[in-house]
Amino acid sequence: MIEARSLTKLFQDKKRGTIRAVDGVSFTCRPGQIYGLLGANGAGKTTTLRLLATLLQPTSGEATVAGFDVRTQPEKVRANIGFLATSTALYGRLTARETIAYFGRLNGLTPAQIAARTRQLADELALHEFLDRRVEKFSTGMKQKTSIARTLVHDPAVLVLDEPTLGLDVMAARTIVRFVRECRDRGKTVIYSTHVMSEVEKLCDMIGIIHHGRLVAEGTLEQLRTRFGDPDLEEIFVRAVGGEEEAA
Amino acid sequence: MNWPNVVTVYLKELRDSLRDRRTLLSTIVIPTLIMPAIVLSAGTITYKVVNKAREEIPSVMVLGGADSPVIRAALEANKSIKLVPPTTDWKQRIIDKNLRAAVELPPGFDATLGRGEPATVKIYNYESELRSGFAVNELRRFFTEYRDKIVAARLAAQGLPASLIKPFEIRSANVAPPEKVGGNVIGGIIPYFFIILCFTGAMYPAIDLTAGEKERGTMETILCSPVTRIDLVVGKFLLVLTASLSTVLFSLLSMGATFMLGGVLLAQGGGGGVAAAAAKGGAAQLPTIDPLGLLAVVAMVLPVAVLFAAVLMTIALFAKSYKEAQSYVSPLIIVIILPAMMAMLPGVELSTRLALVPILNLSLVSKELVSGVWHWHYLALIFGSSCLYAAAALALCVRMFNRESVLFRS
Repeated sequence: MIEARSLTKLFQDKKRGTIRAVDGVSFTCRPGQIYGLLGANGAGKTTTLRLLATLLQPTSGEATVAGFDVRTQPEKVRANIGFLATSTALYGRLTARETIAYFGRLNGLTPAQIAARTRQLADELALHEFLDRRVEKFSTGMKQKTSIARTLVHDPAVLVLDEPTLGLDVMAARTIVRFVRECRDRGKTVIYSTHVMSEVEKLCDMIGIIHHGRLVAEGTLEQLRTRFGDPDLEEIFVRAVGGEEEAA
Repeated sequence: MNWPNVVTVYLKELRDSLRDRRTLLSTIVIPTLIMPAIVLSAGTITYKVVNKAREEIPSVMVLGGADSPVIRAALEANKSIKLVPPTTDWKQRIIDKNLRAAVELPPGFDATLGRGEPATVKIYNYESELRSGFAVNELRRFFTEYRDKIVAARLAAQGLPASLIKPFEIRSANVAPPEKVGGNVIGGIIPYFFIILCFTGAMYPAIDLTAGEKERGTMETILCSPVTRIDLVVGKFLLVLTASLSTVLFSLLSMGATFMLGGVLLAQGGGGGVAAAAAKGGAAQLPTIDPLGLLAVVAMVLPVAVLFAAVLMTIALFAKSYKEAQSYVSPLIIVIILPAMMAMLPGVELSTRLALVPILNLSLVSKELVSGVWHWHYLALIFGSSCLYAAAALALCVRMFNRESVLFRS
């Protein structure tokens, strides 16, 4: 479960002054649900997810992830989330097995638990062939699978995914989409940020449209279609943010 | 702090670094092989060049002296120089290094000496040119000997003893033990080497584990794990410290082996600058250093290594990329070298005030330690203040790791 209440993050910039990267965002994401955070580049998606993953501290407002407060219990929050983003790369000089084991140990797993979990993840994600090879030699798809294994090693209740398909080829992107769906089916709470409309249509149970740090529309795909009177999500998005010029 | 997590981070960084060719190169290969190779090859080349120059019979031109057959005959009889016929372009030939020196005899030199009147012989040379210097030395030796002979003959003619103009001899003898001589000769250089190696050993991993991780995108991966920032910093810091101390250790071992080998070669060769210097000083052995003192230097280097590791990590963390970090960190070498070099200046001695100046204090106390002198109060002051600086730098490093503006600088 993720609950955000009036979550706000301000940055100070010498040239631009105070930037309201996230501005009073509130939403709830329940177990067994994929919450899609839809927004243009710079809308505040990454900052929102970094706040939830406790990489950043909120300026005001509050959020709980798996029942833990992001401000006061950051380590507990991180122990209960799997964070995957295009910007979360892997250590090139470690093998896939060592990577999984490293993050397993940091999550407090015992060597026996790590071994069992590695076997299980290798079976599910078909990692066996390259499990003992160094990540630096991997194809993009192999890296993605290893990243997924790294994210899931401690079997977190919540998944925070920040544009995980950005820059990936079709096959690697499909791997991610399938993995997200499987996580939802296992009852995990998933928050997924993207600016790719088709991914939102395929995956998300709830959609939040974010623009200039504010949540400007929220609902299921059907609810948004009814509210904006248009079946096309792209059109809905443009209208929600106030027109094409604003969307740009 | 959660020590199991610190150990996990440290062991992962260690494994990662041991698989990195660049880290191995800067931490182990360069200090072990390259440094002694440079020292040995530079030493061998210098030795050969000097020997070759020494073996050469310098060509000398005699200007004037046509009316002084006695001195000319004596000069021609000297096999340590080769006389060449006089030409008008002798100055240019010295500058062009075709001629090592020229000696000008005043008109009627033999006759002037015969009358007992004063005369001046002029030697022209190429200042600071090694082989020209050898020619001058030989000419000076020849003319001094010639003068002494004339003086002895004049004294004999007057029926006076030779001791009249040389009433006593002057001789010098070294009483300082070899480690003290060694401390003076190489005591200043050892900490200088240690400080630079300590710094360069920490430089690459400090950048790689901070700015390098940011650039590769692995920093965000590790930050979203449950490990606390302090555990992460300490784990990374311990690895940088390990690399720094390994560089010192490997270079120390290989330098030791080099000097031992060099000593054996010198002993076999029966020559060389150091051996000659030692023999001249009266201690008929190579200068040595106090091994206990050397160990103490290594111990004193420890807090400085901590200081370097923490400062380098703090600075490199600001950078967004490896290259940016390099441009921040590289100029620091000059900041490190200056105080290290100051200790080698004559007259700069340990004092309470200087004992508080980081790096300079280590250089100064090391010079004393390898000479076998133990100033316990200074040692305590230096070790204590260095630990304090190191702790402050480490605290600053942890603080930087908690700053969003530093970690997610864009």
